[in-house]
Amino acid sequence: MEAQAFQKVYTKISQITKATCSLHATDVGYDELALINGRLAQVVKIIGDTVTLQVFGGTEGIPTNAEVKFLGKAPSLKVSDDLAGRFFNAFGEPIDGGPDVEGEEIEIGGPSVNPVQRKQPSNMIFTGIAGIDLNNSLVTGQKIPFFADPDQPYNQVMAIVALRAKADKIILGGMGLTNDDYLFYKNVFENAGALDRIISFVNTTDDPPVERLLVPDMALTAAEYFAVEKNETVLVLLTDMTLYADALSIVSNRMDQIPSKDSMPGSLYSDLAKIYEKAVQFPKGGSITIIAVTTLSGGDITHAIPDNTGYITEGQLFLRRDTDIAKVIVDPFRSLSRLKQNVIGKDTRKDHAQVMNAAIKLYSEAANAKTKLENGFDLSDFDERSLDFAKQYSNDLLAIDVNIGGEEMLDKSWQLFNKHFKPEEVAIKQELVDKYWPKKENE
Amino acid sequence: MTRGKVSGIIANLVIIEVDGPVSQNEICFIRLGETRLMAEVIKMMGQKAFVQVFESTRNLRVGDTAEFTGHMLEVTLGPGILSKNYDGLQNDLDKMEGVFLKRGEYTNPLEDDSKWDFKPLAKAGDLVEAGSWLGEVKENWIAHKIMVPFKFQGKYTVVSVAAEGQYTINDEIAVLKDRDGNTRKVTMVQKWPVKLAIKAFKEKPRPFKMMETGIRCIDSLNPIVEGGTGFTPGPFGTGKTVLQHALSKHAEADMIVVAACGERANEVVEIFTEFPELEDPRTGRKLIERTTIIANTSNMPVAAREASVYTAMTIAEYYRSMGLKILLLADSTSRWAQALREMSNRMEELPGQDAYPMDLPAIISNFYARAGYVYLKNGSTGSITFIGAVSPAGGNLKEPVTESTKKAARCFYALSQQRADSKRYPAVDPIDSYSKYLEYDEFIEYLKNNISENWLDQLLYFKNLLIRGKEAHEQINILGDDGVPIDYHIRYWKSEVFDYVILQQDAFDPVDSSTPIKRQKYMVEMIYDLVRDEYSFETFEEVNEYFRKVINVLKQMNYSAFESEDFKKFEKQLKQILEERRVEQPA
Ligand SMILES: Nc1ncnc2c1ncn2[C@@H]1O[C@H](COP(=O)(O)OP(=O)(O)OP(=O)(O)O)[C@@H](O)[C@H]1O
Ligand SMILES: [Mg+2]
Repeated sequence: MEAQAFQKVYTKISQITKATCSLHATDVGYDELALINGRLAQVVKIIGDTVTLQVFGGTEGIPTNAEVKFLGKAPSLKVSDDLAGRFFNAFGEPIDGGPDVEGEEIEIGGPSVNPVQRKQPSNMIFTGIAGIDLNNSLVTGQKIPFFADPDQPYNQVMAIVALRAKADKIILGGMGLTNDDYLFYKNVFENAGALDRIISFVNTTDDPPVERLLVPDMALTAAEYFAVEKNETVLVLLTDMTLYADALSIVSNRMDQIPSKDSMPGSLYSDLAKIYEKAVQFPKGGSITIIAVTTLSGGDITHAIPDNTGYITEGQLFLRRDTDIAKVIVDPFRSLSRLKQNVIGKDTRKDHAQVMNAAIKLYSEAANAKTKLENGFDLSDFDERSLDFAKQYSNDLLAIDVNIGGEEMLDKSWQLFNKHFKPEEVAIKQELVDKYWPKKENE
Repeated sequence: MTRGKVSGIIANLVIIEVDGPVSQNEICFIRLGETRLMAEVIKMMGQKAFVQVFESTRNLRVGDTAEFTGHMLEVTLGPGILSKNYDGLQNDLDKMEGVFLKRGEYTNPLEDDSKWDFKPLAKAGDLVEAGSWLGEVKENWIAHKIMVPFKFQGKYTVVSVAAEGQYTINDEIAVLKDRDGNTRKVTMVQKWPVKLAIKAFKEKPRPFKMMETGIRCIDSLNPIVEGGTGFTPGPFGTGKTVLQHALSKHAEADMIVVAACGERANEVVEIFTEFPELEDPRTGRKLIERTTIIANTSNMPVAAREASVYTAMTIAEYYRSMGLKILLLADSTSRWAQALREMSNRMEELPGQDAYPMDLPAIISNFYARAGYVYLKNGSTGSITFIGAVSPAGGNLKEPVTESTKKAARCFYALSQQRADSKRYPAVDPIDSYSKYLEYDEFIEYLKNNISENWLDQLLYFKNLLIRGKEAHEQINILGDDGVPIDYHIRYWKSEVFDYVILQQDAFDPVDSSTPIKRQKYMVEMIYDLVRDEYSFETFEEVNEYFRKVINVLKQMNYSAFESEDFKKFEKQLKQILEERRVEQPA
């Protein structure tokens, strides 16, 4: 980023912290960018003629006489169709050796969509993973994170979902991504022949953490271009939002703000909501779907980051290792898609809702039975049958290696009901039982 | 007019050096190039006004100018509010251009050109005061009263009222004269500052009439009253919004005001999309006709989020003054509290618990106090029932917003993670939740006269059954199925019958989603008999199997239209099942 010739240059920094510098300067706009000895920074506070800048690359080595130039604009991205297939850093600069992208320059972190200009999300995304499609159906325009411990295969599942989602564009926003994971994504997309549909903005673990703060807005500005201007369906993958929030807390703590829970800034909810609420379905067909990753520490979802995220997103997906079948499954209890009711029974068969609920209720009966077993009590016949059911249900439907269609997963569920239970134990509407309960001769 | 110059900017907190008097909560506009950003004064220190800007402050500079308006944040009140989609500052969202919200774009909340059929209610010579009805117009199906503006102080004599006919909101419809003979003109519009309560009523008695919501776990266990207050705290994903939407669809009210305060835009879109299609079974009109939406979603400016609940309350108070029954819903009041916290932190105020402002409890209780049942000065009644959702951090109910609200609201509907996880929806915890109104003598009297003589006794019986069922269940878990007498299993399953059939309710099923009180009474009485009867079993396994069967048939009844063929068929099946094991009791 070049500074222009007529700009005033300041050379006297009055205060330096780990993430911020302050100096005396005039005629500076709020949110404006500046360069400090070539490092990008942004105005976060102005009191009289004292301007505080947040330095994305960190302040290590910045001297008090560093050269400060203001750029007269907020962070921005040039958008055009040429973005497709390209890899960028957090500032939107190419890292794939290709040329700069030409196009209209748009300030990132722009305004929100007027709610009355939205359409209710109502197109189901089929992923083939029945643990998602059956119990937690995804919808275009939805925002949903994986809540995962760092050792879980969330990147793999996200990549599968992204490729099966049939999106026109897949935008990867990587924050604190390890280089290995970055290359994993690149390879998967390349092998699937999807590179021309991918756009990637990546901050890896090698890059300074504060730079991450730009990644979601960069990715979503590109997404808005394709969804609004081109009416395309865009899928945005954001990983890992926990590292994004950590960067937020670094900056706010350096600015002496009073931290609220878990040393996160009091504005964490609004900060995260501004990002996730960019997910949208437009009436003209364009959409932005956000699938994110929020890593947990020790599975604790009451920590401020997952907690605030859960209050913003439209559900969450939990992965869990099921030791009975030695596979990773999509946990049916803790996972939830808030938008599933917009599509189940509409984009899928009429019996979907009841089958889903019945199976989960039976699965929870099995969980109770398991507790009984662990406490050394005898199991009833019903308990035994629910345990058998649970094992098969987990293996045939919940495991992440399952890849079946929307009708097949429902048929499979009915077969399992029939194999282990009587209709009155399953408690599904009679008309559906009459229609779908496998007939005697098939037993 | 007082003017000022920007001297500091921290996100949406802006400091302005002023050249004249400024009052707390006064509105000012900051000029940024061609646009004007609206802001509210939240603190004064010498010549420095601290204002919260209702917009993004990007590119704002020190030295930019501001103009103060001399008034607080006001809403515009008049016919045309029903069915509108407003933002937190009452801008009509449908009038805004483009896909994205533009900074500094403020739109007219009402229609200046629409004509309304006016009918006078007052006549020359009448003695009137603020809130007196001068005439009415038909707004959707509501008789919208045109009132003496609330800002008019003291008594007036009507000089003239417009004749029946068509008028726009700005046409003069009455002339009033005060004691000193000064005349004042009245149109159909007036303004009122949102942070002040409208007090144009005679008295606010304790509420005593039941408000039918159609939600069984409320009506049949912890009923709320017309003019009552309640709140629904619960961790994320436990069903606060689904419950609020169910209330907005099914509750028996003349008007619903929905404040979507700092929550998801898609949830508001759901209302925009569904309400024009859905019918209100009581009136046969579309739901949207009785609904006004204040949408200040989580991605909209934070300061306007705080304003949104006040805007909604003021609109509700305006309609209550017309003698209407209003249900006000806010989802979620925690976001409003967080907006207060963000500003308080930026101003570096001494923080209270969890960094919330010290006066949070007072702010919350003042707000809840604006709800209520009122006798208007003309003898009519009106009410605002307010139910707020609360989103406790980490699902921990010992946090400041939940605790402050618990002191202010009279009904507590706690959503439990455990119930939500096992898909027992609505996940309202039947044992922790309460309705203080069940202790009001006047309400008990009302239940006796309007539902049944022993409704309250039944209700208390079920509360007890739920506790005893839970105890039995705990014993079974500790001692094992075989380790407890069969009676424990029976007791547990009887409480499960009530839980599955009355408390659990599928918000997405066309029949089950709403249950009129007549049907609730029928089912509750049936289950009351069922659980008091005795049944004989040899083994606990028989108990489990038997009650699963009972519950299944009862659920089938829940899914069938009341008194339909199917309903009767399942009811007959149930009778047969019950006969199988019922023990004849000596008379
Ligand atoms: N009565 C109900 N019947 C069926 N499903 C329900 C019911 N209540 C809640 N659910 C399910 O729970 C999900 C979450 O509910 P909801 O969005 O109301 O949660 P919430 O408490 O408002 O969460 P948040 O605090 O994050 O906004 C719904 O999408 C729906 O799938
Ligand atoms: Mg909600």
